[in-house]
Amino acid sequence: MTNFKVGILKTDQYFSCDAEQSVLAGMMQNGARGISVGCRGGGCGVCKVEVLKGCFEHKAMSRSHISEEDERQGKVLACRIFPTSDLELRVIGGIKDLLGGLE
Amino acid sequence: MAMTGVLRPGHAQVRVLDLEEGVRHYRDIMGLQETGRDAEGRVYLKCWDEVDHHSIILREADRAGIDFVGYKVLNNATLDKLEADLIAYGVKTERIAAGEILETGERVRFEIPSGHLIELFADKTAVGNGCGTVNPLPWNPDTMHGMAPRRFDHVLLYGPNIAAVQKLFTEVLGFNLVERILSPDGNSNIVIFMSCSIKSHDIAFGEFPEPGKLHHCSFLMDSWDNVLRAGDIMSMNKIPVDVGPTRHGVTRGCTIYAWDPSGNRFETFHEDRQPYPDHEALTWTFEGAGSGGGLDYIQRKLHESFLTVVS
Repeated sequence: MTNFKVGILKTDQYFSCDAEQSVLAGMMQNGARGISVGCRGGGCGVCKVEVLKGCFEHKAMSRSHISEEDERQGKVLACRIFPTSDLELRVIGGIKDLLGGLE
Repeated sequence: MAMTGVLRPGHAQVRVLDLEEGVRHYRDIMGLQETGRDAEGRVYLKCWDEVDHHSIILREADRAGIDFVGYKVLNNATLDKLEADLIAYGVKTERIAAGEILETGERVRFEIPSGHLIELFADKTAVGNGCGTVNPLPWNPDTMHGMAPRRFDHVLLYGPNIAAVQKLFTEVLGFNLVERILSPDGNSNIVIFMSCSIKSHDIAFGEFPEPGKLHHCSFLMDSWDNVLRAGDIMSMNKIPVDVGPTRHGVTRGCTIYAWDPSGNRFETFHEDRQPYPDHEALTWTFEGAGSGGGLDYIQRKLHESFLTVVS
């Protein structure tokens, strides 16, 4: 199994991830932090990242969160991408303030 | 009490990003029975103790979430009356032709102020629960596998304007407010639980800025033991779990929240309340919903995903 190194920009978080697991699963397995963890199925959007360097395969991601334009720009959901090289990411998404837009 | 208007949740059409992954989850792991597929490719499923043809419809789409939720009403006269009542209240309704979803009669569809599509219908083919109707079996081992929930129990939907939604459901559709969670300032409700029966909720809504969102579809389990057993099956299949196993203070339900392969939250739920319509609604403060154990009675914490992660 090939392990790739994944780094999250502006953090000191680096972790290894193999091609069979999603980047988010790799982060969780290694006890690393930085990307919010939500549904882990491409539906909720909280783990949205931009891939700045590197290559990956991906599974379907909800268009509510990843437009075709996003996809072209490497803006994807960490729970649905599988590395095929070392990756460098920037976090975009996140779990919103607890009260959402209420206040 | 006699149930004579809206009877129960009848169906939910859930969007999945990969149909066969969705079918594997709901049919093979949860244990619903597949009862049909239509020309559009939608897959129809029912829980073991449901009599009608289906309760969950899976539609492959490019985004997760929920298309609509349908409630069964007593008969066609009731359907006509509720449609007239909705129109008189100022709600725009649409009639969907019989057969547009399999084995189902005409549906009255309308959009509510939270941005969700709700349907009422009177007719759906009764295929039975496999136990017979004369000297019936208490349960049929041939129809039970996986988590084996008894029925599709309720949905929690997130969207704006839930005060207006509450008014519509209570004043036009005959639901009762059973429990509510107040906003931090105490001046409005942020989550409402409404019943058309003596269940703790047949539908619930959470205030949320984006319209039309699904928080979860809930499935009724016979016992706490079976909620825990469902949790074992989730782990065996590496299903991502959100909250639980625990008891909700709100509704007293025993629960596990987890996600299907498209990120739609589902719940395995054991009911532990029987509110009648003359009972006063129970109130949870915002603090009570968190540190008071409203969401998670055992851990007394407000899991941040509860208010924010939806599909």
